Amino acid sequence: MASLWSNLRFRGLLYQVLVVGAVVALGGWLVHNTLVNLAARGIATGLGFLGREAGFDISESVIAFSPSDTYARALLVGLLNTLVVSGLGIVSATVLGTLIGVARLSGNWLVGRLSTVYIESIRNVPLLLQLFVWYGVVTSLPVARLALHPLPGVFLSNRGLVIPGLDWSQGWLPILDIPHLAGFNFVGGLTLSPEFAALLAGLTVYTAAFIAEIVRAGILAVPKGQTEAALSLGLSRGQILRLVILPQALRVIVPPLTSQYLNIAKNSPLAIAIGYPDLVAVSNTAINQTGQAVEGVALVMVVFLGISLALSALMNWYNKRVALVTR
Amino acid sequence: MSRPLSWAKANLFGSPASSLLTVLTLALLWQVVPPLVDWALIGASWGAGDPERCRAAGGACWTLLTERHRLMLFGVYPYDQHWRPALAVALFIALLAISANRRCWKPWLGGAWALAVMIFAALMWGGVLGLAPVETSQWGGLPLTLVIAVLAIAVAFPFSILLALGRRSGLPAIRAVSVGYIELVRGVPLVSVLFMASVMFPLFLPEGMTIDKVLRALVGMTLFTAAYLAEAVRGGLQAIPRGQFEAADALGLGYWRSMRLIILPQALRLVIPPIVNQFITCFKDTSLVTIVGLYDLLAASKAALNDPAWRPYFVEGYLAAALVYFCFCFFMSRYSQWLERDLRQGNR
Amino acid sequence: MIMQDPPIVELNGVNKWYGDFHVLKDIGLEVARGEKVVVCGPSGSGKSTMIRCINRLEEHQSGCIVVDGVELGDDLKAIEAIRRRVGMVFQSFNLFPHLTVLENLTLAPIRVAGMTPAEAADTAMALLERVRIPDQAAKYPGQLSGGQQQRVAIARALCLKPKVMLFDEPTSALDPEMVGEVLDVMTALASEGMTMICVTHEMAFARAVADTMVFMDEGRVVEVAKPALFFDHPANERTRRFLGKIIGH
Ligand SMILES: Nc1ncnc2c1ncn2[C@@H]1O[C@H](COP(=O)(O)OP(=O)(O)OP(=O)(O)O)[C@@H](O)[C@H]1O
Ligand SMILES: [Mg+2]
Repeated sequence: MASLWSNLRFRGLLYQVLVVGAVVALGGWLVHNTLVNLAARGIATGLGFLGREAGFDISESVIAFSPSDTYARALLVGLLNTLVVSGLGIVSATVLGTLIGVARLSGNWLVGRLSTVYIESIRNVPLLLQLFVWYGVVTSLPVARLALHPLPGVFLSNRGLVIPGLDWSQGWLPILDIPHLAGFNFVGGLTLSPEFAALLAGLTVYTAAFIAEIVRAGILAVPKGQTEAALSLGLSRGQILRLVILPQALRVIVPPLTSQYLNIAKNSPLAIAIGYPDLVAVSNTAINQTGQAVEGVALVMVVFLGISLALSALMNWYNKRVALVTR
Repeated sequence: MSRPLSWAKANLFGSPASSLLTVLTLALLWQVVPPLVDWALIGASWGAGDPERCRAAGGACWTLLTERHRLMLFGVYPYDQHWRPALAVALFIALLAISANRRCWKPWLGGAWALAVMIFAALMWGGVLGLAPVETSQWGGLPLTLVIAVLAIAVAFPFSILLALGRRSGLPAIRAVSVGYIELVRGVPLVSVLFMASVMFPLFLPEGMTIDKVLRALVGMTLFTAAYLAEAVRGGLQAIPRGQFEAADALGLGYWRSMRLIILPQALRLVIPPIVNQFITCFKDTSLVTIVGLYDLLAASKAALNDPAWRPYFVEGYLAAALVYFCFCFFMSRYSQWLERDLRQGNR
Repeated sequence: MIMQDPPIVELNGVNKWYGDFHVLKDIGLEVARGEKVVVCGPSGSGKSTMIRCINRLEEHQSGCIVVDGVELGDDLKAIEAIRRRVGMVFQSFNLFPHLTVLENLTLAPIRVAGMTPAEAADTAMALLERVRIPDQAAKYPGQLSGGQQQRVAIARALCLKPKVMLFDEPTSALDPEMVGEVLDVMTALASEGMTMICVTHEMAFARAVADTMVFMDEGRVVEVAKPALFFDHPANERTRRFLGKIIGH
């Protein structure tokens, strides 16, 4: 027995069996308790509820939805809303973040200082607080009739943000569809709800501060000799940035940028605090109605794991390409 | 040419593009700053009063803070007992300041923190030394934010070391369990973890056992933080040269002793700055407990603005809350940057 | 009948693979108590791998390794016992940078051998005298020169009173002017009767100190001979070529 205990392989095996056993036992215990508790409260289990009628409405959706649709469709609407806001957030945060990161490095003292103030003040304040502020700002905008009109075709009011859209209904050449005020509301164009606008603004502004730092670090990681070599070739500052610095900086930038993109997706459920119907918000409504918390939470987690895996796979692929090109 | 002039020429008007940028920025500042000053200082209403007073003044309503700051800082904690959370917060802040000093990184500091947590609990809960008992459901504001952040990091830390060691273990099943946990948690939003903690934990426990709401959120935050912390620790472990492991082996130290005496002391020193950064993230993330119905600093501030008469002044309220968060996070991140440089320079 | 002393280190038919790569091929080697063995051979021939197998920093897949009567296998007790009897000195010193020189030396005696701190400190100071740097005890490794660090590493390897010392190219990470001081310490150690297995390309040291020369190539022990014979009349063609290359210039 003693010699078995001092055997390297046996001990390794024993540790593994113990750890896996403990994990399985814990899992089994939790499942058992959950089943007992659910039975005691008369809550159904399984994914059967997905096929039943949802019975609640969703304030905004990219696909048609009515309360008589199923829970599955409701969750799909939530997922699409999550994807839309994350996707747009990724694009706008990248643009804003890159601008600010570059501005912070610009030789201009004033612009550099302002960028620093932006970055420090934004990233040291919780996103949720910023969302509350954005939502407060958007909802305290004037009514539609008195909407702010900063650019032609763009209206800001407590109904949200209205911008020109593309109308595809007249054959396959789209026509620019410019909104206008008719009575108490707008006709035509694209309307972003106050919740959506606040969430998008919050995600963009918050994440851009982090992306700016990543961009800055990436650019600083390119040796100074590269700039000097490019200058001696007679390239302009803009050309140097675009043709010499950025392609090299990208290799440093992409990995941390990936995790910021994931963060946008993972932060989008804060939507629930301001009433934008994303996946988590919809599943919460479903949980409240059916009591099936386990299934609801598990579904959300699986979907987010999927999004995480997909995004990191995409980024890995891109990373490889960037690395290959520069070799 | 005089000094300031040549400085401006180099830093503001270095090239035509830079000059244009400067002019545009100045124009923008001219548009923004005077009205801002007007709002925040000149037209603001200061001191005690009611919303009426703010409406009359027209500018920023700092009166809101005079009237409501205690609600924002301490939530629904019994009003006449507010000295207790105030003392508890002061205790934590003092200890944070002491911990920032490298000369105090001695074993007693851990003991001091344990003691502080106990004093904190005694102050907040009461029921001892003649303090009136206060349910955790009445806890709120800054003390709640602080205690969740501090405890989440403190409890997650040992757990994260085990996870990181597991992830680098040679035993495949242990590695798989660690990797599975870390990647699972890092793949899902904190909101989901908190929902799971608040909705599902009661289901997980045997019948008849209940778990306090604050404790649920704390467990959720801890489980979440541990996964991120584990990755930071792993970074430190990876930075230790293989020779150190081999030398420890050659001396016959064995796995646990070589980890405890040789590897971890070196690895953890490397990961102190990332751990401080994780603490900052954790501190900001505690605001999410708002969503599962706890009255942390953010939720308490929000509640303070619930009165329709005060609601128009939400910007002032949130600005004040933001300032509190900012002070903590900004100083900690500056500290972490300084520490990183300091640790890199001094070999010791 | 008087039995001859059994060898203190014995390798018999030792094979090792890294994946498909056959690093050690049928290694056989016997080292008697007090014998000094110098191993040489071209880069990548498996010298490090072989001596690292002796204290189980690497695992061999077949054959047997016996150290001081204990066979190396999966038994942790045996591994522990062997590591206590075998000291090792690395090319890159591998001192523990977060501990002082003295702490580096007392760590294993206190934690592994269960000495009291006072005892361990006494032994450590005696060893530092032996490697001629007693005045550096309170410093951290980062504050020492390469030669001093390597001498501390030798002292550390000696602090468990090992019966065998393994050296893996102890001087090749050193600046040339520091090689001498380390070799002096090793020569002194040899003259005190320590059993040593030493991978090195310091041929003058080998000629002066070695009882046996071992030449390895492509994972095999190609030649084992007394130094006089080895250097002046190598039997194997590959040995001759190797010696020609490293002594030639
Ligand atoms: N962990 C490993 N995985 C795969 N191959 C390895 C590993 N370690 C060593 N090798 C290979 O095994 C061979 C022998 O390595 P070893 O370090 O023993 O050579 P060496 O004779 O000590 O050479 P040198 O004089 O350069 O130190 C080399 O070809 C090396 O590439
Ligand atoms: Mg070698």
